[in-house]
Amino acid sequence: MFRISAEKLNDLFDRIASKQTLYIPVDREDKAAEYKKYESGMTLSSALNTVRSAKDFFFPQTENLAEFRLSGKTIEVKDIRSEHEDFVIFGVRACDARSFGILDSVFLSEPVDTFYKNRRDHGTIVTMACTRPEETCFCTTFGINPTMPGGDVSVFPDGTGYSFLANTEKGKEFMAEISDMLEEGNPAQLAKVQENTRNILKRLPLANLKTDSFGGERLMKHFSSEKWAELSESCIGCGTCTFVCPTCQCYDIRDFDTGNGIKRFRCWDSCMYSDFTKMAHGNSRNSQLERFRQRFMHKLVYHPSNHEGEFGCVGCGRCLSKCPISMNIVKVMKALEDK
Amino acid sequence: MQEAMIKRAKELLADGTVNRVMGWKKGEFVYDTTPAVFETAEELEKEFVCNDFTQANLSKYLIKESRKEGKILAFLKPCDTYSFNQLLKEHRIIRENVYVIGIPGGPKLDMEKIKAKGISGILDVKNENFTLKIETLYGTETMPFYEAVSGKCADCKSKKHVVYDELIGEDGDVLASRRFDMVEKLENMTSQERYDFWRGELSKCIRCNACRNVCPACTCENCVFDNPKSGIDQKAAADSFEENMFHIIRAFHVAGRCTDCGECSRVCPQNIPLHLLNRKFIKDINSLYGEYQAGADTTSKCPLTDYDTDDCEPSIVHERGVE
Amino acid sequence: MNNDTLIPLVGVVTDVRQDTPDVKTFRVNALEGGKVFEHKPGQCAMLSIPGVGEAMFSITSSPTNKEYMEFSIKKCGCLTNWLHAMDVGQQITIRGPYGNYFPVETELKGKDLLFIAGGIGLAPLRSVINYVRDNRANYGEVQIVYGSRSKDDLVDYQEIIDEWMADPNIQVNLTIDNPQEGWDGHVGFVPNYVKELAPSTNKTVLVCGPPIMIKFTLAGLKELGFTETQVYTTMELRMKCGVGKCGRCNIGNKYVCKDGPVFRFDELDALPDEY
Repeated sequence: MFRISAEKLNDLFDRIASKQTLYIPVDREDKAAEYKKYESGMTLSSALNTVRSAKDFFFPQTENLAEFRLSGKTIEVKDIRSEHEDFVIFGVRACDARSFGILDSVFLSEPVDTFYKNRRDHGTIVTMACTRPEETCFCTTFGINPTMPGGDVSVFPDGTGYSFLANTEKGKEFMAEISDMLEEGNPAQLAKVQENTRNILKRLPLANLKTDSFGGERLMKHFSSEKWAELSESCIGCGTCTFVCPTCQCYDIRDFDTGNGIKRFRCWDSCMYSDFTKMAHGNSRNSQLERFRQRFMHKLVYHPSNHEGEFGCVGCGRCLSKCPISMNIVKVMKALEDK
Repeated sequence: MQEAMIKRAKELLADGTVNRVMGWKKGEFVYDTTPAVFETAEELEKEFVCNDFTQANLSKYLIKESRKEGKILAFLKPCDTYSFNQLLKEHRIIRENVYVIGIPGGPKLDMEKIKAKGISGILDVKNENFTLKIETLYGTETMPFYEAVSGKCADCKSKKHVVYDELIGEDGDVLASRRFDMVEKLENMTSQERYDFWRGELSKCIRCNACRNVCPACTCENCVFDNPKSGIDQKAAADSFEENMFHIIRAFHVAGRCTDCGECSRVCPQNIPLHLLNRKFIKDINSLYGEYQAGADTTSKCPLTDYDTDDCEPSIVHERGVE
Repeated sequence: MNNDTLIPLVGVVTDVRQDTPDVKTFRVNALEGGKVFEHKPGQCAMLSIPGVGEAMFSITSSPTNKEYMEFSIKKCGCLTNWLHAMDVGQQITIRGPYGNYFPVETELKGKDLLFIAGGIGLAPLRSVINYVRDNRANYGEVQIVYGSRSKDDLVDYQEIIDEWMADPNIQVNLTIDNPQEGWDGHVGFVPNYVKELAPSTNKTVLVCGPPIMIKFTLAGLKELGFTETQVYTTMELRMKCGVGKCGRCNIGNKYVCKDGPVFRFDELDALPDEY
C-alpha cells in the first residue's frame, strides 16, 4: 500500500489530469458537491457525497445516439457517437462504486448497450473510503463495506494523507503512472481510521435496516400489500428520487428537430412520471400508486429476482435527503418488512 | 403547538365535523416529515407531527382530497392559506369539503442550511432560545437558529391567514418583506451578468419536475411539457438552452397566480433559486398594474387576466426592457 | 461503427395495402433488396420515422417469406398516422428483431393448433399461420377463428379468402360483431363464437386481440376444458425500447422485451396483475 500526504494531493491531480481527463467532487457555492472536470487548483470536496451520483459518467442524462438526414423519401442515418477518451473519476464512494455493478447488470446484459460499454471501458474508477458517514447512510444494509470501497483503485484517507490500493489491472496501470509520487504507506494508522469508521457504522440510525423481508420470492406478497396506498399517497410524482439515484436507469429515446436534421437522443426518464408508460394503446401504470410501487418493487424484489439476489439499492441516502416530501426506500422497507 | 393540533383534530374527528385530517407525519429523523392524511385518533397520536421542519405546503393536496367523500381538516400555515385561497379562486378546491385550521407559520428550518455549515450525521435538532443544539454522530454542535431558517421563511411576506375556519394561535399581519431585494439586485445587473447568473443556475437543472409537481399554481391536468403535441415535451435538455426554457415558460404560466409560497425552491434538489423568476413577475405586476398579491382574496381580478383603460401601454413595458 | 442495437437500419416501403379503413399493410425491403433482417414468427421490429417517433410492431409476414417483411399497422397515434400517409418508395428506419417468438419449432411442433384473433390482433398471428402453412407437415389440425367489428375490418381479408379458406388443410371460422349486408357468415363476438365452435381440448391455442377479447376468450376456453398451459398470447403492446432496459415493459419481474412478448398463460398467471 502506498500513500501520499494531503498537501501533495493536488500535485497528484495535476499529474493524472496531464494524461487523462480527471473528474473530482468539488463544492459548489451552495456547498453541495458535484463532480467537475479537474482544473489545476481545484479543491477536493470534503462532503460525503455528490448530489448527483457518479452514474452520470456512464449513463449521462442525455446522450446523442444518431442523426438522420431526411430528403424527399430518403433517410440517411449518421452515427454521431463520439469516440471516448480515457478518463478517471476520483473520489467515488463505496455506494456509487457498487451501483456501477448494478448498472452493468442491465446495460451489459445482451444486447449490450455499446454506448454505456464504451464509457465503462474508458473509465478508471478511483474510490474513496468513507470516514464520516451520515445519518442517511445505509449501505451496510446491502452488504457494502464503505471502509473498503472497491473500484479500480481504492483510496483511504487517514486524516493527513491518502493511501492507495489497486484492485484491478486497470488500477495497477493507473498506479504505475503515479508510483513515483507515492511513498510507503502506514498500515497501522490506516487500520485505526478504519476501526473508527466501523464503530461509527454500528451507531448509524439505520444500521439495523435489514433486507431479509425482500427478494424475488416475496413478489406477490409485496406487490399486493395494502401499504402502497398509504406510502404513495403524498408522492408528487416528480423524478427527484430517480434522478439522484445511482442505480435508476430508466430512459427514453426522443427525436429533436435541430432545424438541420433530426437528432435522436437518449435521456433519463422516471418510472414515477405519469406519462412514463403511456403509449398509443394506453397506460399500463395509470395511478401514482402503481408507479410508486413499480420503483420500489424494482429495487427490492424484481432486481434481486433477476440478478441472483442483488438488490437495486446501494443505500447512498440521496433520496432520503432530496425527496420533496421525504418519502423514501427506507420508509418503504420499514413499512413492508416482516413484523 | 403539536399537542393542541392533535387535540383539536381528535375532537373534530370525534364529533363528525371531519372524517380525515391532513397534516404531516413523523419520519426516521427529526426533519424528514411527510404530508399525510390521518383517519383515526390513534394515527394522530402515533404519527402526527408539527415541528420546525414541517415546511411542506398542504394546499395542493386538497384539490384531490376535497373531491373525496366527507370533509377533511387541513392545517394551513399563513403562506399555505394564500395558495389555498388562490386555488379556491381558480375553482380547484371544493371549499365546503375542507375545514381549515390556521396555524402559526415559521420560521421553519432548512436541513440543507444546517448541513452547509459542515454539520453532518445529524441525529436531532433542538431550538434552545434561538440557538440550535444539534446532536450528531460526531458530537453536539450549535448554530444560531436564524442561520438555518429556510429561504421561504426568511423572506416571509405575511403572517396573516387569509382563509380559515378557526385558528390555533394568533393571527399575524402582512409583513414589510425584503423579498424583492434579490430581484432588484438582478435587475441592476447588466444583461450579460444576468444571463450568466441564470445560465449558471438553470444549467444545474436535472429536469426532475419537482418544482412543477409541487407548485400549487401548476394544476393542469395535462402539462404542456408532457404533451407530445406541444413540440416541447422533451424530458431532458435536447440542446443547451432547453432547460432554461422550461423554467422560463413555467414562470410565465404561473405569473399572476403564483402566491410566492416558495415550494419550488424548497424542493429543488439542485438548490436553484427558482422563486426569483416568479418574484420578478410579482414585482413587475406590482409596479405596472398596482400592488397585487395572488391568493390574498378570492374575488379580485388578476391584472394579467383583466383589462382596464388605466393599464400601462405595451410601449412602457417594452422600454423597460431596453437598457 | 453502426453496431448498437439502438441505431436503426433503413428500409424502404415497396408496397402499401389498405386492409381496412384504419389498417394498412406495408411491405418493407432493405435498400439493396431482400429483407432487412431475418426473424422468427411472433418477433417484433421497431419502425420509425425520424422526428416523428419510434414504435414496436409485430412482423406480420412469415419468416418463410424470403423476399420481404410485412407490417399490418392500425392508425392509432402520432407515428401510425404518419406511417399511414406513406407511399411506396418512402424510406423508414427499422431495428430488430426483438423479443421471443411462438415456439413453432418446439412446443407447437406436431400439435393441433387453434388460432384465435380479434381485429388487428391477427397481425402477429398471421406470421405464425403462414409459417405453419409453409411447414404444414410439422403440425396437426389447424383452425383459425378470426373476428372483427365488421367485414370491412377484417385484416388481410383477401389472403384469408384466397389462400387460407382455399386450403383444405385449414379450417377458417370468421365472425363479425354485428349483422351486415353482404355477410352471410357468423355474427357475434369472438369469445362466444369460440364457445359455440367448442374446439377439441387437445388443441394448442394462440390468441391475440384486444385485452377484453383475450380475457373473455380465455375464460371461455377454460369452460371448454382448456388449461392455461395450452394457451399462448403476445404482449408486444408493452414493448418500448425493445431491449428490456428502458424500464417500461416489465410485468412484475418479467420483461416483455426479453422474456416476451410471447407468453403462455400459466406464465402470466404467476405474475402480478399489472397487464
